[in-house]
Amino acid sequence: MKQKKKGTVKRILRYAFPYRKSMICAMLFALLYVVLNLTAPVLIGLAIDKAVGQGNVDFAAVSQLLLMTAVTVLGGAVFQWLMGLCINTVSYCTVRDMRREVFRKFNSVPLRYIDGHPHGDLISRIINDADAVGDGLLQGITQLFSGIIMIVCTLAFMLMLNGWIALVVVVITPLSMFVAAFITRLSQKQFKEQSETQGELSAYINEYVGQQKLVKAFGYEDEVQERFEEINGRLYVCGKKSQFYSSLANPSTRFVNGIVTTAVCITGAISVINHTLTVGQISAFITYANQYTKPFNEVTGVIPQLQSALAGAERVFALLDEPDQEPDPETPVVPEHCQGKLDIENVSFSYTPEKKLITNFNLHVRPGSRIAIVGPTGCGKTTLINLLMRFYDVNEGNIRIDGNSIYDMRREDVRSLYGMVLQESWLYHATVFENISYGKPDATLDEVKQAARSAFIDHFIERMPQSYDTVISEDGANLSQGQRQLLCIARVMLCDPPMLILDEATSSIDTRTELKIQEAFNNMMKGRTSFIVAHRLSTIKEADVILVMKDGNIIEQGNHQKLMSLQGFYYRLYNSQFASST
Amino acid sequence: MFRLRRFLKDYKLQLIIGPICKLIEAVFELFIPLVTADIIDNGVKNQDVGYVLQKGALMLLLGALGLGFALVCQKSASIASQGFGTKVRNAMFRHINTFSHSELDRLGTPSLITRMTNDVNQLQLAVAMLIRLVIRAPFLVIGALIMAMTIDLKLSLIFFGAALLIGLVLFIVMTRSVPFFRKIQKKLDRISLISRENLSGNRVIRAFDRQESDEARFDEKNDELSHTAVTVGRLSALLNPLTYIIAQAAIIGIVWFGSRFVSDGVLLQGQIIALVNYMTQILLAMIVVSNLVVIFTKASASAARVNEVFDTRPTVVENETEAQEDEAAPCIAFENVSFRYPGSGNALKEISFTVNRGETIGIIGGTGSGKSTLVSLIPRFYDATEGRILVNGADVRDYTFRCLRGKIGLVPQTAALFAGTIRENMRWGKKDATDKEIKKALKISQSYEFVSQLPEKLDKKITAGGKNLSGGQRQRLTIARALVGEPEILILDDSASALDFATDAALRKALHEETKDMTVLMVSQRVGTVRYADRILVLDKGELAGMGTHNELFDHCGVYREICLSQLKAEEVRNP
Repeated sequence: MKQKKKGTVKRILRYAFPYRKSMICAMLFALLYVVLNLTAPVLIGLAIDKAVGQGNVDFAAVSQLLLMTAVTVLGGAVFQWLMGLCINTVSYCTVRDMRREVFRKFNSVPLRYIDGHPHGDLISRIINDADAVGDGLLQGITQLFSGIIMIVCTLAFMLMLNGWIALVVVVITPLSMFVAAFITRLSQKQFKEQSETQGELSAYINEYVGQQKLVKAFGYEDEVQERFEEINGRLYVCGKKSQFYSSLANPSTRFVNGIVTTAVCITGAISVINHTLTVGQISAFITYANQYTKPFNEVTGVIPQLQSALAGAERVFALLDEPDQEPDPETPVVPEHCQGKLDIENVSFSYTPEKKLITNFNLHVRPGSRIAIVGPTGCGKTTLINLLMRFYDVNEGNIRIDGNSIYDMRREDVRSLYGMVLQESWLYHATVFENISYGKPDATLDEVKQAARSAFIDHFIERMPQSYDTVISEDGANLSQGQRQLLCIARVMLCDPPMLILDEATSSIDTRTELKIQEAFNNMMKGRTSFIVAHRLSTIKEADVILVMKDGNIIEQGNHQKLMSLQGFYYRLYNSQFASST
Repeated sequence: MFRLRRFLKDYKLQLIIGPICKLIEAVFELFIPLVTADIIDNGVKNQDVGYVLQKGALMLLLGALGLGFALVCQKSASIASQGFGTKVRNAMFRHINTFSHSELDRLGTPSLITRMTNDVNQLQLAVAMLIRLVIRAPFLVIGALIMAMTIDLKLSLIFFGAALLIGLVLFIVMTRSVPFFRKIQKKLDRISLISRENLSGNRVIRAFDRQESDEARFDEKNDELSHTAVTVGRLSALLNPLTYIIAQAAIIGIVWFGSRFVSDGVLLQGQIIALVNYMTQILLAMIVVSNLVVIFTKASASAARVNEVFDTRPTVVENETEAQEDEAAPCIAFENVSFRYPGSGNALKEISFTVNRGETIGIIGGTGSGKSTLVSLIPRFYDATEGRILVNGADVRDYTFRCLRGKIGLVPQTAALFAGTIRENMRWGKKDATDKEIKKALKISQSYEFVSQLPEKLDKKITAGGKNLSGGQRQRLTIARALVGEPEILILDDSASALDFATDAALRKALHEETKDMTVLMVSQRVGTVRYADRILVLDKGELAGMGTHNELFDHCGVYREICLSQLKAEEVRNP
């Protein structure tokens, strides 16, 4: 555990390494600032000593000392400022670099990882955890560093002034640490419980406010409110406790400081009576005693911050340590003019080793043919698409396009051969133009308009406030499901790829528009190999090959007549469509 | 911000005791430098060790008493602030529950979550600080000033000058940096948005090989964020050195003039030390004040966001008395109903039709034709802009929500279930449903087979949103949930879209046989789903394009005919 933490700290420092100049400067400035900061009270104390009483004041010495104090203070302030600037640069740049790397990682991990992790959690790593590292660790480290310098220097100054009083301070201060450590331990458990309950509450709000319509439709408002108040009540109890415990730290350490000051005063006063100390030195000592205990408080205060930073860093590093997808071959086969001949040879695949899905699957597709994938809900139709486009790699067997194994090609080349319209239409926060030209960024406005026309979305776009320059809001909320899908179709039409993958693409589009789209698709599919995840009978009947899937496996394949004559699963599926007419 | 004080009214005791205790502690704290000065000026001067020890004990006593009072204050603060936050959250949630969809669409769920968590936390912190520090910090500053005045009136002028200057510096730095903080928050939101888009669209991005441009987009925003952060950092880095310089300059001044006064015999050496200590106290208190300013600026922004929720009035208001139903009236009647979403054109235009008890009505039309909007008006998720809707002869606006919605079983477009067991989910339809009633509903909805194959059966735990079931299973369970209460009216809002055609057909058959008295409204895009309904409503761009049986509409309604021909082969279009 300790070892792991050490490794994490080292790794964070590695991120800060490019900014080592600023880091070293920060440390140097911190040292200078602390030393000057500590010198000032000494000079003030010396000056006070020169003003003993009525008619007994050495004005020349006082002014000289005060001048020196002024210079010291100015220097201290400047170094403190410079230190702040350096730390700023280091921490924000480090966080920026870390975020950049995490984002790159999103694009290089296998899709399996992204599919298998809640996106909210991944986003929280790039936002909150990275922030925690910046706030906590880097500023924590500097605070720790300047705190330690402060303690060491103060101790040295105090020892120089008077060994005995210094000893008194040294003996009492660990008490402050002990108190702080005790309080931290006490409140930590409560903090954890509090943040967990808060998470529970957020999830609850998310679920029930998101489905408000259902809550209303079933008249469940009271029950929902009751559950909410129950969770909220638990949050109150642990929130109250954690707040109280953590707020103990301040008065308690202040009390310990009070003890230290008193001890310094008493021993100091006795020392003055015994002529081993001057009055001005007491003043300096009191200031020191305060300064000496302050970094202890700060250091103990930084500990929770450091812990959350370490936890954040560990989560970020865990993501960064995920293995990347297999690199592309070094000398890739580059597809020239794609015919659209596709061979799936002895392919076996499963998401988890325990649950076998596709075993020993063979399919040979002639260029330009149409393959319909059918089967009940959840039969694993998207699995096939994952394999074709190399979102996932097969466990065994091979897939060839025009005779070339897709594993000998670069992923981007394989994917560029397909035009894909997925079930969930994905648009991003940018203009309509940018969204349509996503696959072909150098497209002209005319080309984009042409694509929009073939997807029958041009009239709609022209009616939008800024036409093609209208910005699509976050999550495309200002568009209907059908319109979003039409935009995705336009996006594919613009790319004009040699093969097509249509995943239930037309399921929520206006049926009349669908008819027109079907025509456009039919034109586009001419001479192109197409895979269609289909529900509609007409599409299925016109397909060259029908793949019937059930429970993730391909159980039958052939054309409509052949499958009907088999009298198997497809036959039953087909006949059941007319069940209600009898 | 002050409008929220109503949530504090149960904590009056804590609000009074807390600051008073804190004040007493502060008074004790102010005495300590005086005692120190006393030790030096009397104890040391008279070489009286006993006096020194006596005063030392007094200092310890003051410290211990101070600790005691501080603890009482902290306890009051934690009770009042956490209690306040809890009450605000409960009230917000209750208020949100009264919102209709127009309000929820406008505010957005993610924003409501941050308002109920982050913003309320911010307010809680402000309440705690109000009790703990708002009185203490200014009191320490003023107290130190007064103490300085009692020691020496002329020297205290330096204190006033220094306190004013520090205040000014705080004010300037704060007002300059607050807008930057807001900017940073916005930029962070942007980064989070780009990340979310990247994750949800990862397949598309990879398919189009656009990783690099996506990364460039991210880098740009990321650089902007760090740039802004560094800029504001530069500004706030000034704060500590500047206050330090001012306080130290004041101390130099005190010693400089103080030494003159000592020479003239109007001031004692120990009093200079006391003055220096008071100056240090002012510096520390001023730093606390600056933190308070930050906390209260943030809190006032949060209060505005919370109040925005409270100020949002639900547009759909419940009637308090029960409606007069008429047994002889048709089950549902639309009379010249028009509806428009705020800020857009008419979604429905002058729709009129009636539905008799026990009838099955299909509703078909293209995307954006108003099908879902039409059915949302019946349980009053929205109110019609013009015209009226009658259920059992009474205007829907004359019903209580409980009575109206109790008559309706709704299956929404997106199949959503809640975290809990299958049984708990089914009981949404009827709070005291028996297993027998649940099983019946499961059978009709074609989900009995897969539920009975689960090892835990009805006790199967469903995760939030029903993520651990397939889309089809989820959808069938939402249908079962609506059926459990045996509602008078069943609304299926395009609910069969995730079902394969075999299950879809079996479902319709079972519905037809098992629910004879139920009035069923079935919204769909598929002709196959609605063709055997008693009557079909055809919607086109918000207008009623036709109503009748399948064969009638096929012969007389152009829109319907076109839809049929796009989905079915010519020989399949006629019903037997």
